[in-house]
Amino acid sequence: MKIPFSYSLRNLWTRRLTTFLTISGMALVVFVFAAILMLAEGLQKTLVDTGSYDNAVVIRKAAGSEVQSGVERLQASIVETEPEVAIGPNGKPLLAKELIVLITLPKRGTNKPSNVVIRGISESSMMLRPQIKLVAGRIPRPGSYEIVAGQSIAKRFKGGGVGETLRFAMRDWIVVGIFDAGNTGFSSEIWGDIDQLMQAFRRPVYSSIIFRLGDSSEFEIVKSRIENDPRLTLEAMRETRYYEKQSEMMAKFLRILGVSLTVIFSLGAVIGAMITMYAAVANRTGEIGALRALGFQKGNILTSFLIESLLLGFIGGSIGLFFASFLQMLTVSTMNFQTFSELAFTFSLTFKIIYEAMAFSLIMGLVGGVLPAVKAARMNIVEALRAI
Amino acid sequence: MYSLKIIFRNACRHKLRTFLTILGIIIAILAFGLLRTVISAWYAGVDASSASRLVTRNSISLVFPLPVSYQEKIRQVKGVKTVSYGNWFGGIYIDEKNFFANYAVEPKTYLKLYPELVISSDQKTAFLRDRKAAIAGRKLAERYGWKIGDVITLKGTIFPGNWDFVIRGIYKGRDQSVDETAFIFHWEYLNETLKKTVPRRADQVGFYMIGLTSPNLAADVAVKIDETFKNSLAETLTETEKAFQLSFISMTEAIVIAIQLVSFVIIIIIMAVVANTMAMTARERISEYAVFKTLGFGGFHISGLIFGESLLITMIGTVLGIVLTFPAAKVFSKELSAYFPVFNVAAETIYLDIVMSFLIALMSAIFPTWRAIKIRIADGLGRIG
Repeated sequence: MKIPFSYSLRNLWTRRLTTFLTISGMALVVFVFAAILMLAEGLQKTLVDTGSYDNAVVIRKAAGSEVQSGVERLQASIVETEPEVAIGPNGKPLLAKELIVLITLPKRGTNKPSNVVIRGISESSMMLRPQIKLVAGRIPRPGSYEIVAGQSIAKRFKGGGVGETLRFAMRDWIVVGIFDAGNTGFSSEIWGDIDQLMQAFRRPVYSSIIFRLGDSSEFEIVKSRIENDPRLTLEAMRETRYYEKQSEMMAKFLRILGVSLTVIFSLGAVIGAMITMYAAVANRTGEIGALRALGFQKGNILTSFLIESLLLGFIGGSIGLFFASFLQMLTVSTMNFQTFSELAFTFSLTFKIIYEAMAFSLIMGLVGGVLPAVKAARMNIVEALRAI
Repeated sequence: MYSLKIIFRNACRHKLRTFLTILGIIIAILAFGLLRTVISAWYAGVDASSASRLVTRNSISLVFPLPVSYQEKIRQVKGVKTVSYGNWFGGIYIDEKNFFANYAVEPKTYLKLYPELVISSDQKTAFLRDRKAAIAGRKLAERYGWKIGDVITLKGTIFPGNWDFVIRGIYKGRDQSVDETAFIFHWEYLNETLKKTVPRRADQVGFYMIGLTSPNLAADVAVKIDETFKNSLAETLTETEKAFQLSFISMTEAIVIAIQLVSFVIIIIIMAVVANTMAMTARERISEYAVFKTLGFGGFHISGLIFGESLLITMIGTVLGIVLTFPAAKVFSKELSAYFPVFNVAAETIYLDIVMSFLIALMSAIFPTWRAIKIRIADGLGRIG
């Protein structure tokens, strides 16, 4: 014979204030827990989506990122002739030599300067990144001082919108288009014609080369050929791997922060749940005695109290997740420590996170409720009945 | 006196509950203190920089260099005392995980500009004399067990190749706020090598550090320097060292704000826990409060009892939390020295801890107090079962 579920539910309702306080504490914990997971997930998404698996990035050995890399023109031409490079519809190799420089631009509203990536692109650059779509205006004409800006640049930086001009490298550049790169790092970049930009910045060398593999499985072959060629001082990576490496430090930082905060916060919430449940047991000593006298078993009492604390966890978790889901509207922009460039990403909620956060809040409820429930179950009937 | 005794006795009535609450407060205050310390560690570079030094860099962004020939022109500007220059080297020691700041600088002027780097005179002479020499901060040397005379190899990321250095000195910080994890070597060494390997990149520096005759001249001198190089191929941007450091932090503002928010969230959570404890306490003693009222004690007295108990519990937790913050910060400082070279618990953090604990105590006691004062004597007594 089980104690009805409604008994647990009504008990929570009886002491509304206490229940409310406990639940709000738990909801906050779950909110923070979910927020951190969502942030890490959003960062991961941004970086993994930025690269595509069939593309290879070639940079100078040990440079670590495109910004610090330099590829001499001669070396770039050698890479261009590798047989593994795919051929595009126009009969030319699907390979782009690109220039990446950082410039400082003021943000809209605050006027605070922040670093922005400027990418000089060749004609295949767009084709190599199918995830990028033009949403306004047009692509810059080759050989002109025209640029396209990523969506988050257009939104957040002065002079980034269509028809506006940006001044850098002693020239004015007209923004002729906005591209949408979804959730990728490209959204925080400005693209323009590579030859014009190299002239303007007086950079005689490319920063990186990116090409599509004709056959994705041949990557290892071309990688070892490029890295072992005595004429080249370059290394090749799959684009996905390259972007993952770019944010290792950031991801690690978020991980450390997330784990330590979660541990601390959950301790606080578990203590809160424990206090509540102990009080519930102490207040209902007489009831417990009566229930036992009616013939309910120890196990039934234990379950009923556990259900009560699990309910606390469940309601808290639901409320926390409900509020956390609104975070998806926010975009976080920060500087990536490794590349010194602006990086914008969103909170993203996945089923896995919902399920983890829920499990986490139920575990908190369980841990908080176990000791009090055991205490309730082990009460001596006669003693307990005296309390009435 | 008598009231204090009652408060103390009341707090001890429910030993387990009081203990759990205090434990919760300790954890919260500890976490709050550490998060605040992370934020102050974030700003450590700003605090350590002086307002009487200027930094000049390329106006486009930090990745663009300036010609080394600017040094003489800058020196001619009125109000400039010393000019030093350098490059962010960005070398990797063995593995990318071992991150520390390493700069190639003009050593003589650099050490003159930064008196807070304390180094013994014989080590200084040895460092200046040898072009391949380097000095490392005390914490850095301890981290990798470097001794004077050791040969260290850094793998260049910005400047390709493997670079060998001989440790000729280990500097200490003049006070706590100085970063003791930096690695400094001769710009000349870098430049000579570049002349051989990549001549187009030689004779260029990343930034100039400028010492002034008087800090009041900072704004004028900065404007003058920038005017000097206006419309040249490498326009400059000059600001005080403080502003320069702040510009880095403002780029990572989002993280700082998030940590700040989280540190307050934890206080709110613990508020809920303490408020919960106090609500229960008051609920259990409603009949006692009614007795108090019957005896003629006023609402003031009763609220004093509840506030007092709340304050007592919070204060015990806070004091223990503050005491534990220091050893915890030491552990963190060791673990995270790659991220935060300077990790000290600031006095402000402690003050904030105390303010927060008062806030917790007050907020938690309000609702139960209001209930206790509102209760009508007959109702309260009626509760005695």
